[in-house]
Amino acid sequence: MFHTILIANRGEIAVRIMRTARSMGVRTVAVYSEADAGALHVELADHAVLIGGPAPRDSYLRGDAIIRAALETGAQAIHPGYGFLSENPDFVEAVEAAGLTFIGPSGRAIRAMGLKDAAKALMTDAGVPVVPGYHGDNQDPEHLSGAADAIGYPVLIKAVAGGGGKGMRKVLRPQDFDAALDSAKGEAATAFGNDAVLIEKFIQQPRHIEVQVFGDGEDAVHLFERDCSLQRRHQKVIEEAPAPGMTPEMRAAMGQAAVRAAQAIGYKGAGTVEFIVDGSRGLRPDGFWFMEMNTRLQVEHPVTEAITGVDLVEWQLRVAAGEPLPARQEDLSIRGHAFEARLYAEDVPAGFLPATGRLAHLAFPEGARADTGVREGDVISPWYDPMIAKVIVHGPTRASALNQLARALEETRVAGTVTNIAFLSRLARHEGFAAGQVDTGLIERDIDMLTAPPASDDALAQAIAVTAVLASADLPQGPLTGFALWSPLRRRIELAPAGGDTVQALVEVTGPDAAQVTLGAGAFAAQRGARGWAVAGFAPLPVVQADGAIHVFAPDGRGAVSFTALDPLQRAAGAAGGVDVTLSPMPGLVKAVFVTPGAVVAAGDRLCVLEAMKMEHTLIAGRDGTVAEILVADGAQVEAGAPLIRLEPEAEAP
Amino acid sequence: MKLPSSILTGSDQFRANRAAHLAALDEIAQAAAQAAEGGGKAARDRHRARGKMPPRERVANLLDPGSPFLEIGATAAHGMYDDAAPCAGVIAGIGRIHGQECMVVCNDATVKGGTYFPMTVKKHLRAQEIAEANHLPCLYLVDSGGANLPQQDQVFPDRDHFGRIFYNQAQMSAKGIPQIAVVMGSCTAGGAYVPAMSDVTIIVRDQGTIFLAGPPLVKAATGEVVSAEDLGGGDVHTRLSGVADYLAEDDAHALALARRAVAQLNRRRPGSVQWQPPEDPAYDPDEILGAVPADLRTPYDIREVIARVVDGSRFDEFKPRFGETLVTGFAHVMGCPVGIVANNGVLFSESAVKGAHFIELCSQRHIPLVFLQNITGFMVGRKYENEGIARHGAKMVTAVATTAVPKITMLVGGSFGAGNYGMAGRAYSPRFLWTWPNSRISVMGGAQAAGVLATVKRDAMQRAGQDWSAEDEEDFKRPTIEMFEHQSHPLYASARLWDDGIIDPRRSREVLALSLSAALNAPIPDTRFGVFRM
Repeated sequence: MFHTILIANRGEIAVRIMRTARSMGVRTVAVYSEADAGALHVELADHAVLIGGPAPRDSYLRGDAIIRAALETGAQAIHPGYGFLSENPDFVEAVEAAGLTFIGPSGRAIRAMGLKDAAKALMTDAGVPVVPGYHGDNQDPEHLSGAADAIGYPVLIKAVAGGGGKGMRKVLRPQDFDAALDSAKGEAATAFGNDAVLIEKFIQQPRHIEVQVFGDGEDAVHLFERDCSLQRRHQKVIEEAPAPGMTPEMRAAMGQAAVRAAQAIGYKGAGTVEFIVDGSRGLRPDGFWFMEMNTRLQVEHPVTEAITGVDLVEWQLRVAAGEPLPARQEDLSIRGHAFEARLYAEDVPAGFLPATGRLAHLAFPEGARADTGVREGDVISPWYDPMIAKVIVHGPTRASALNQLARALEETRVAGTVTNIAFLSRLARHEGFAAGQVDTGLIERDIDMLTAPPASDDALAQAIAVTAVLASADLPQGPLTGFALWSPLRRRIELAPAGGDTVQALVEVTGPDAAQVTLGAGAFAAQRGARGWAVAGFAPLPVVQADGAIHVFAPDGRGAVSFTALDPLQRAAGAAGGVDVTLSPMPGLVKAVFVTPGAVVAAGDRLCVLEAMKMEHTLIAGRDGTVAEILVADGAQVEAGAPLIRLEPEAEAP
Repeated sequence: MKLPSSILTGSDQFRANRAAHLAALDEIAQAAAQAAEGGGKAARDRHRARGKMPPRERVANLLDPGSPFLEIGATAAHGMYDDAAPCAGVIAGIGRIHGQECMVVCNDATVKGGTYFPMTVKKHLRAQEIAEANHLPCLYLVDSGGANLPQQDQVFPDRDHFGRIFYNQAQMSAKGIPQIAVVMGSCTAGGAYVPAMSDVTIIVRDQGTIFLAGPPLVKAATGEVVSAEDLGGGDVHTRLSGVADYLAEDDAHALALARRAVAQLNRRRPGSVQWQPPEDPAYDPDEILGAVPADLRTPYDIREVIARVVDGSRFDEFKPRFGETLVTGFAHVMGCPVGIVANNGVLFSESAVKGAHFIELCSQRHIPLVFLQNITGFMVGRKYENEGIARHGAKMVTAVATTAVPKITMLVGGSFGAGNYGMAGRAYSPRFLWTWPNSRISVMGGAQAAGVLATVKRDAMQRAGQDWSAEDEEDFKRPTIEMFEHQSHPLYASARLWDDGIIDPRRSREVLALSLSAALNAPIPDTRFGVFRM
């Protein structure tokens, strides 16, 4: 076994690999970019090496720097995680050339699976069913159109070098084929530098079921299937194992096919064989086709771990260190059911736009496995994938596990950024999903229902506001709290709900652990218990305070409602001229500055545009005035709170 | 050791007592609620319309969130001045600011513009007296038009009138007791000296004004026409005159600045006593209402009250078999050690001597004293006068008067005659004096007073050979009895600030704890007693 390995990755997967390495007594070396200097994976590693700037091409994609770091720190092997360099055969060969072990398959195996049409041809030869289609080199539009006719509509046009849905088009009718082909090729050329496409039969009610395989270069086993049908724009959202409705016959057939695929390329390490399954007539052994093979550890590998009891990273390390397969096929069995939900910092109502922010609060419920690479206080930066965590649950039955997932999501508390928790929660409570009627179109069909804003609930909204008021009031505990001889004092609290008008409340202590809050026209009695303030019949709503903000969590997992307590000292400072300087509300790129020094602006005029992860934020003048100074350059990358534009101080009133 | 209790909470007597006490409490609560309303809704709405916080809200936002507020004189001036000065127009009490106990004096401008009635002056001075005795920083939330002119003869000239406020400020400042003023409204004429005499002064922009003479008086005197703001507004005083130090944008900002000023005081409590972890009484304090007879004339064991006030109901009784009409002993109240002196009947020579002895003990040990007063007086009659009860009583009075430990007095029943002196009545400067709604205070009982007057009259009539029917005698006695009844009532007493306030007996423990905690801001010096008549 290795004594030291380097993990050429970041975030949750780096942390997850370290956890297993540590339990095996293996020292870990982290690499990190300048943006990740304070990251969890850096903190947890035995040793950490800075390899470059925040952009992946300057750090996590720099194979040479990573190999040098491994050599300098005495690491014997490199684990690539997923993404970044994990499926780059050149990197694998460079690692091996440097005398190090790559924890994963050979460069040859990666290459064999890298090009989809070649991979399919290989699979056909190995007796693995593939989707009817054309995977040939002839990219002449006439020829491709003919192939589509031969396969039969509807068909799918896919980029040969593609992934993530880029360069992919569904064509329902022959007359639409040419336009779709043009557009797919254009996109493929831009995204991959290769406009070659393949044509496939479009499966009507497709399910995405993949089989986890593991090889030692000679032999291979499978660790059963995962169903990843819940996808949005080809991005997996919730994964599960085993697949609902799976029959022993089909599982055996798929498992054997997957093992054949792995053996065909002498596969070593963890891999996943993805199949498309026709779900329109139930799962049948003749209704699955090879899609592609992922030659790495998958994001969703924990659900397989949950149902098999296998630590796949441990297997990766053991096999990479030269051990034979740790288990025979007959040793492996399925226990219970597992789900994984991918928790992202993303703005669902805005169309699932990636979001950034500082995690003012981050807490996961007991009983669920949460694989995360961030901690409370960390920043979700625009540089990388905005995944916060994977929440994984395991139960004796699918129904039980799904209940656990819903509950775990509702009890996952994130403040400081918007998240997709509410969306995931709705999905976990989706009737069709609960019934096992999954297919890759489910989310798109029900997207409106899944992303609708929660029904307005005045009683709940008031309880949330009152809870925030009480949190802000910060009443100490003890027998003398709020003591008054006759007339209890009423303390005024002012709060600004995010995006709303300031609310004024009066808090009256009516007992050591009792208070009455007057808010608007209502008076609300509240009682404090071990879990906090219970307001007007609601169970205590979880609340966290961080960075001067108060975050109250609604009971349905819709996320935090945030308030800012108004500090009179701060407010007065603002009144005294704090609005002179416009600050960057988030980390981002200064896209355009519309004003120049000396320009006269009115309150509400555009000053500049900040781009943060595809979103453009227009910053406006807070008051009338004259621009004094531009503090940033066009195109500058700025941190949250960075001063951008300064106005001349306001002239004193005559 | 834990005190035993013989109270039967299910008894008719218990229920009857409780009902009577609740009725008495209700009367006080109504008076207090009325006082807390200040000058009424219309005045309050006007006040608010000017962007000003109501006075009690100002106090709340000055204090720490959830701070206890030990209010002084919550029903001051009740029934006086045709009820024109609820709460005497000023709110006073002890609360915590950044954990530091402070005396807050807050004018209520909704009451006759916050002007000073005689009781306003008396209350303000009492608050300062408490602050000075207990070393409590003072915060004055000023919003007052100064002396109430129609009553100038009762607020201006005498020693304990308006001028004493500034004398006290100077004296306290000299003793290192911080004086902080927040000018949130008018601060005119003599009142101008409150901020001017303070160590630190904050003023609210476009709202607070400080001047010796307002615009009308200036115009009358010199013909100069000037706005209040230009004459003595916040901007002027923080920029030009230096009368104030900090300019606040509004009430909330001003209070935040005052809190910050307290945070800079760098004060430390003297470690005078050995605290223990607090512990609830073994008996529910709520039972006090049923345990204490409704009728003052019904004797009961004062230990039933002590058991419902002190930590763990534990009471180390001192000299239990001697002078049994005075109960003395050691206990803790919310962790603070105390020596308790409590009446359990009329005072005899032995009781008085025992009391003096116990006070000497507490003084020696620097243990604060708590007096539970329920006293009809010293025993009378030849036997007692001849054995020198006045001499023995004087020992106790000397001890009470000269001890240097903090004294806290609670009237839990009658407070009549010389018993009031021996039990640390108002004249003996207890740090705090609280009364229960059932208490009565007078030189003697109304019936006794009427009896004395009737005896004198009957003797005179008999000398003149006149006859006095029993009916006529009753008619003669009734007005005296009624007058005593009226004047001995706690609301009458508290209105005149003969005490610091009426409290709910069930909260006696909290009130004592807060009083003790406030008192212990001042160090406890060694006692030097006067000559004891032996």
